[in-house]
Amino acid sequence: MTAITHHLSDALLDGYVTGCLAQPFAVVAAAHLSLCDACRARAETADMLGGAMLDRIAPADVSQGGRDRMMAALDLAPPPPQPIAASGIFPAPVMQALGGRPPKWRMLGGGIRQVILSADVDGSLRLLYIPPGRAVPEHSHGGLELTLVLQGSFADSEGRFGPGDLEIADDDVDHQPTAGVEGPCICLAATDAPLRFRAMIPRLLQPLFRI
Amino acid sequence: MPAETASHTDPTLWLLAVRDHRDRAAFLMLFEHFAPRLKAMLMRGGLRDGSAEDVVQDVMLVVWHKAAQFDPHRADASAWIYRIARNRRIDLARRKPLPEPDALAEPEGSEPDAAHVLALGQEAALLRRALDAISPDQARVLEQAYFEDLPHSRISEMSGLPLGTIKSRIRLGLDRLRRHLNDLRQP
Ligand SMILES: [Zn+2]
Repeated sequence: MTAITHHLSDALLDGYVTGCLAQPFAVVAAAHLSLCDACRARAETADMLGGAMLDRIAPADVSQGGRDRMMAALDLAPPPPQPIAASGIFPAPVMQALGGRPPKWRMLGGGIRQVILSADVDGSLRLLYIPPGRAVPEHSHGGLELTLVLQGSFADSEGRFGPGDLEIADDDVDHQPTAGVEGPCICLAATDAPLRFRAMIPRLLQPLFRI
Repeated sequence: MPAETASHTDPTLWLLAVRDHRDRAAFLMLFEHFAPRLKAMLMRGGLRDGSAEDVVQDVMLVVWHKAAQFDPHRADASAWIYRIARNRRIDLARRKPLPEPDALAEPEGSEPDAAHVLALGQEAALLRRALDAISPDQARVLEQAYFEDLPHSRISEMSGLPLGTIKSRIRLGLDRLRRHLNDLRQP
């Protein structure tokens, strides 16, 4: 397995840890952090500084009853349920977006399949399955698109992306990702605007396909 | 530092006692240490007195229940508890909870690497010393970044500065910190 070479930008990492990213992007960021030790270390280093800041803050008075209430709560409150865990190639945040079930792929044409995980005012999040050597139709998008490779690889004008690699595409990138020949490429893609494909599916039909 | 002294002063050791022995006395020490600081942090983040205390209780309850996930190789108690509080505060402000990365686990049966944990503690101490040395201006920028910046925050309204300027000031503050740390590390 090759090392991850395409990472979260500072702005995206900062947006994630401060909770400012829209949900589809936050899921992609959390999935990348699950796979990438380098970015995980960056995030946790930032937490070390947060902890140091917490130790320095001027303490506030806590009410008298707070301490008793706290100790009583240890026995009263049941432990929270275990969150849905990673499974196979899907990190925990992706399994959670899948509701804990394996993906139900829908055919898109050309052997390409997808699962829409969410599509609302926050943007859209989906899984894409691209057969070996196949190209996704050239498309542009109105905003930011994040694509995280979970299996296989793809290449486009921006380079080659393998497992764990994250492509950050702004609206000025017109890209046509092609899956590597070594096997099917499965990736997690988030956008804050609907994709506009140049070919294959007429724009009029896009609402039907929700892509 | 003798181990006995450390065990009475180091929140990380209290947290390990909670993790490994469900030690209530140690948990109480954690509460005494962190509750007033968490409350102050949450109030800086815009919560009122009463709700800040409620959230402190929530956060410390997560500490109690999730202590098994604490890994002293990757964080000290302050950093770990800071992140729990931060995420709790973020979830209160978001429509959907913030998705979190996979919990990392040490391989089954692996021994804790005491030297690594000690080194991390020393790094943290250096960081704290570096924090003592920054200007009040830089400290304010960091406090804002770590206690106040929230989803849909009014940071640019409050300061009258565009977000980009704030961000670059944060970066400058962090960069200064790092360089100061490096200076401290020179033999
Ligand atoms: Zn990374």
